[in-house]
Amino acid sequence: MATAAGELPRAARGKKQEDVGQIPQWKLMVRRFRQSKLSVAALFVLGVMYLFMILGDFIAPYQHDVLDSNNPFAPPTQIVWGPDGPGIYGLKQELDQEKFQWVYTIDTSTIYPIRFFVQGYEYRFLGFVPSKLHLFGVEAPPDVNARIFLWGADKEGRDLFSRVLKGSQVSLTLGFFGVFLFVIIGSIVGTASGYFGGVLDNLIQRIIELIRSFPDLPLYMALAAALPLNVSITVRYFLITVVIAVIGWTGLAREVRGKVLAFRGADYTAAAIAAGAGHWHVITHHLIPNAMSHIVVVAMLAIPGSIGLETALSFLGLGILPPAVSWGILLRDAQTVQAVVTYPWLLIPVILLIITVLSFNLLGDGVRDAVDPYA
Amino acid sequence: METARKNGKSDDILLEVKGLKKHFPIQSGFLRRVTGYVKAVDGIDFYIKKGETLGLVGESGCGKSTTGRTILRLLDPTAGEIVFDDPNIGKVDLAKLKRSQLKQVRPNMQIIFQDPFSSLNPRLTVGQIVGEPLAIQGVASGQALKDRVAELLQEVGIRPENMTRYPHAFSGGQRQRIGIARALALNPKLIVCDEPVSALDVSIQAQVLNLLEDLQSKYDLTYLFVAHDLSVVEHISDRVAVMYVGYIVEMADTDSLYYHPKHPYTEALLAAIPKPDPRRRTRPVKLPGDVPSPANPPSGCYFHPRCRYAKDICKAERPPLRDIGNEHWVACHFAEELQLQGVTRLSEIPVIELPRRQAPAPAPTAATPA
Repeated sequence: MATAAGELPRAARGKKQEDVGQIPQWKLMVRRFRQSKLSVAALFVLGVMYLFMILGDFIAPYQHDVLDSNNPFAPPTQIVWGPDGPGIYGLKQELDQEKFQWVYTIDTSTIYPIRFFVQGYEYRFLGFVPSKLHLFGVEAPPDVNARIFLWGADKEGRDLFSRVLKGSQVSLTLGFFGVFLFVIIGSIVGTASGYFGGVLDNLIQRIIELIRSFPDLPLYMALAAALPLNVSITVRYFLITVVIAVIGWTGLAREVRGKVLAFRGADYTAAAIAAGAGHWHVITHHLIPNAMSHIVVVAMLAIPGSIGLETALSFLGLGILPPAVSWGILLRDAQTVQAVVTYPWLLIPVILLIITVLSFNLLGDGVRDAVDPYA
Repeated sequence: METARKNGKSDDILLEVKGLKKHFPIQSGFLRRVTGYVKAVDGIDFYIKKGETLGLVGESGCGKSTTGRTILRLLDPTAGEIVFDDPNIGKVDLAKLKRSQLKQVRPNMQIIFQDPFSSLNPRLTVGQIVGEPLAIQGVASGQALKDRVAELLQEVGIRPENMTRYPHAFSGGQRQRIGIARALALNPKLIVCDEPVSALDVSIQAQVLNLLEDLQSKYDLTYLFVAHDLSVVEHISDRVAVMYVGYIVEMADTDSLYYHPKHPYTEALLAAIPKPDPRRRTRPVKLPGDVPSPANPPSGCYFHPRCRYAKDICKAERPPLRDIGNEHWVACHFAEELQLQGVTRLSEIPVIELPRRQAPAPAPTAATPA
């Protein structure tokens, strides 16, 4: 019995080793990645966040930009259990004459039930299908102030939960596309620089040094300030992506150049040239595939920085502009100590930002370990 | 070269290298100005006849590998001619061809590398690696490509089922076989073997060498065999060329080079071959000093500072590589006069009686199958 139990795991391990040579490298990487529990957890967290982002309009109970003078700085709504399942109480709004603040008192006389899959404002599901269906909503007569603010409301009475969901559509994607763009630029320029060498290499490296010698923040600010203001949200979104990419590519281009230099001198590249391969074949079959794992890691680790950068620019008023929302815009409401002390729920976007950046970093670490499965 | 041509053997010559030079610029300073050259290959002449194996030996850094790679135009030569007798085009000077023109000649000259680990792309399967030359040249595709790859793998002793595996699943010897299969793919005439067994275990070395010999007789291949292991070179080569600091100092058929060396450097190299029998320890010919830097070689004969036979003329004049009879080429002013020590023939070694403590040792012939 003891021997059988002792041999079983060894046999299983042997089986795992056996197919190592047969499966493609990316499968090995997936296998290695799974061993890092923290990274898998981070991937799960990010998956949930991106799911919420995609389904944002469906999940959000209210429109992100509709003002409600009855509920400025309304606190997160307390959910109670009523006769028809979960529900909320109505709110009574009073002005505190001394502090000059709105004070809300809960009217416990009636419970307004929370209903699921209700009709609400109209939106386009996934950007295409027109729909009015929402995950949840409160059933209440129009003259009663009973709105559900899961994460409270801002100074205009807008639902923070809906605004965070809407803002994630900018904050979680803009950094992503920025990185995507600079990965493409950086890979192409880096490969050209490393592979062809000579004058071209020298020129590219000097340009990179020039760009990198500028202090980062003023350069971003100058670039962002140069963007036209009277353009649509989509165009501005795209332009900010470009701003992030314009500076971000330099580091990647250098690293890709170094990798390409090493792979160019490898014997398998020489073998391909000896067989008559042209530049294109060498680059696409030997240089890029080998540099790819490195590029992926750099990209993964650059995404959190890029997301933070977009937030910073929007916070400073240089990125996305109101009425569009991003997490950076939401954070502008939490600028003052007074706001933070009195209305702490305004800091929820910060918590989400921290979770996102942390998760991307953990994911990046896992990917970095996984791309070298033989190590 | 002249003698070969005079003897009317010009047709037998597959590759003739004349005055080949490969200098690498040394750049220094902020403006990366060229301040000198590493003369890795400094004007060498040799020829390889069809179907033979020319061993190219020398110390580390003497330019052996650079020579091999320059011949294949993996490096561009600084000067000289590389005349290759292409079966389709006829004699061409590879040194003058452009990249696009080279593509036609390339299938006939391939290379096997020293390092079985860096010579196979870890991202490609064995099938893709071996099939790559075929795909590049557009020789075969689809099922025909697969069949050819399977055939090649079988030829080098790898089971064709392994086609879908990745290089890291194979041992060093197997990887080297895969590299050989890739070199064979385009049916080349000349294969440059760049230290193909140096990175392998001794037992695996023998297997790979035997494979190379079998393939040579089967496909009528010609090898330029670059190595630093003199026993390996003796085993596989028909003729041997000895290099010293970017220059060929001696070239002759294997027997006369090993048993009757004419260059003092060859003598020193041969004396350094380790002898497996401790009772036959010899005192190696001591070479004073170090190998000179190819960036700053000495005057005259490059070997003169370390040569115990050196005279005044050696400091002043660089001896040309000349034929002293029977295609024995030497670059030494005193090649005819010197009486140099080669290796001892196996038959000349006195048989020593073993002590009778134990059963008689097995017959020596059984130990090394051909």
